[in-house]
Amino acid sequence: MYLVCPAGNLPALKAAVDGGADAVYLGFRDQTNARAFPGLNFTEADLVAGVAYAHARGRKVYIALNTYPGPARLAGWQAAVDRAAENRADAIICADMGVLDYACRHHPDLSRHLSVQGSATTHAALRYYRERFGIARAVLPRVLSIQQVERICHQDVVPVEVFAFGSLCIMVEGRCQLSSYLTGEGPNRHGACSPARFVRWEEGADGTRSVRLNGRLIDGFAPEEPTGYPTVCKGRYVVGGEVLHALEEPTSLNTLELLPRLEAAGVAAVKIEGRQRGQAYVTAVTRVWRAALDRLQRQPQQWRLDESWQRDLARLAEGRQTTLGPYHRSWH
Amino acid sequence: MRLTLGPLQYFWPRDRILAFYAGAARWPLDVIYLGETVCSKRRELRTGDWLQLAAEIADQGREVVLSSLALLEAESELATLERLADNGRFRVEANDMSAVQLLRQRGLPFVGGPTLNVYNHVALQLLCEDGLERLVLGVEQGRAVIDEFRATGIKLPELELIAWGRLPLAFSARCFTARALDLAKDDCGFRCIDYPDGLPLETREGEPLLTVNGVQVQSSGLCDLGPEIAELDAAGVDLLRIYPQAEGMAETVSRFREAVDSKTARPRVGSTNGYWYGAPGVGGINPPR
Repeated sequence: MYLVCPAGNLPALKAAVDGGADAVYLGFRDQTNARAFPGLNFTEADLVAGVAYAHARGRKVYIALNTYPGPARLAGWQAAVDRAAENRADAIICADMGVLDYACRHHPDLSRHLSVQGSATTHAALRYYRERFGIARAVLPRVLSIQQVERICHQDVVPVEVFAFGSLCIMVEGRCQLSSYLTGEGPNRHGACSPARFVRWEEGADGTRSVRLNGRLIDGFAPEEPTGYPTVCKGRYVVGGEVLHALEEPTSLNTLELLPRLEAAGVAAVKIEGRQRGQAYVTAVTRVWRAALDRLQRQPQQWRLDESWQRDLARLAEGRQTTLGPYHRSWH
Repeated sequence: MRLTLGPLQYFWPRDRILAFYAGAARWPLDVIYLGETVCSKRRELRTGDWLQLAAEIADQGREVVLSSLALLEAESELATLERLADNGRFRVEANDMSAVQLLRQRGLPFVGGPTLNVYNHVALQLLCEDGLERLVLGVEQGRAVIDEFRATGIKLPELELIAWGRLPLAFSARCFTARALDLAKDDCGFRCIDYPDGLPLETREGEPLLTVNGVQVQSSGLCDLGPEIAELDAAGVDLLRIYPQAEGMAETVSRFREAVDSKTARPRVGSTNGYWYGAPGVGGINPPR
């Protein structure tokens, strides 16, 4: 299995490569990718340096071009495909059919991966993208159980990449308009969920904190209570008279214990989320997953979890909690 | 402009569903979409029942379209989709690329539902090659994208826009109704049947924010584009979609019928749909960049 790691900048890319990533994924400094945050992502010069660094060590670079441009902006996304090809990217990760079609016609030798934003959850949907755009791999949305992932792999339509660790989207990716509904900007069109300019923190005299998204209260915290990045899906609300995390708690996905099963299913690659996280996160998470994958390679029968791996991952997790998420039926 | 009744997004008891559509077949509608789009566990009407209902309504002179699930996970759901695709009489509303693939393989024309993510003219053209004859615009798309589609000069399919009802905003593998009631999804007891208009979700300041409807999250407000009727017409929208809600549907349909026929605005009954204006769906305006 390939280990695919995130890079929000050049130091993170080097950390991922040094830590043992087989491939690093990144984005340009614009809305063509789904982590379009200020100060994040790659300039042309950083990209050139990053590709050179990775390729010199036999690793791959994937470029995420996974947002959905409207008609007037499509040409900009097509130009981004050209830039990816010119800069010797090993693959592009796309969701929009207009972008995939362009890549297919103009850069047939550049591998196309279907982004998680493409919302393909069945072998029929995967077949569509393979037949229409010749995709070489597909990233599955974080909604499927391990059994469902196994069944999709068994169909063998296209090599499959699954999310292994990191922040957890609770909704089908590509089908969530919660950020868009409150702010007018969301992952699909603007490449950002809960953009920072709409987030306002307020601190009470008693040390309590509350957070608003475009004016609407999405959560409140007791003094000393840990806070994560505020998104609509991880806030606390009133439903049926009770205050609860009505959609999802601030928690991270961690599928490390499923690794042998993912391998046995024929999953082609495991993906670490977190281009918005720093170099230290990338280093630590990449090293744990590299060690786990290496042990699986060496001792497939005797593979066991190392407690220190789980501790290291939990420390880096949102809210310091991890979950098997949708892979495990009880989560639903 | 023609008037459509979108698929029922909630889980109602069988008798209520049948009574609702018996009434709807007599309302001044042009198209009625039928079927389960949210959760395959909802089986007060099974696929065969929906097909029978479709035939009954079509025999009364209405165009009927069979709507399909927005999020598919299980093989059994694909089998249901195949049954819809092979119905032999009605077009299907494809709400996922799985449906597009099955329909395209069969060479069947279809309606593209609002969850297909058709954001630009190239995606739209490709789907038209696949057999798409009508596109229901995605919830976050408004006047600007229609104008941009037209400016490209491509031959457009029919365009349908959500004009009334709670906006479908997100889908998950998790059931939020079960979660709110502290039940496991596999043992949910089909409790969403107790919430014929969904389960309201408010901020801790008591401001209505969203609506929980099983694995779907909707807007809190009933979005109403009644006041924008003349603009919708001028923009070249071909069909206006009204989503079923628990109360007052006959009045809503006749209000829209009058507005469409006279091309005159009607006072807003529900909330603004900011998306039409390129603003947040919930309304209001954005702070400057």
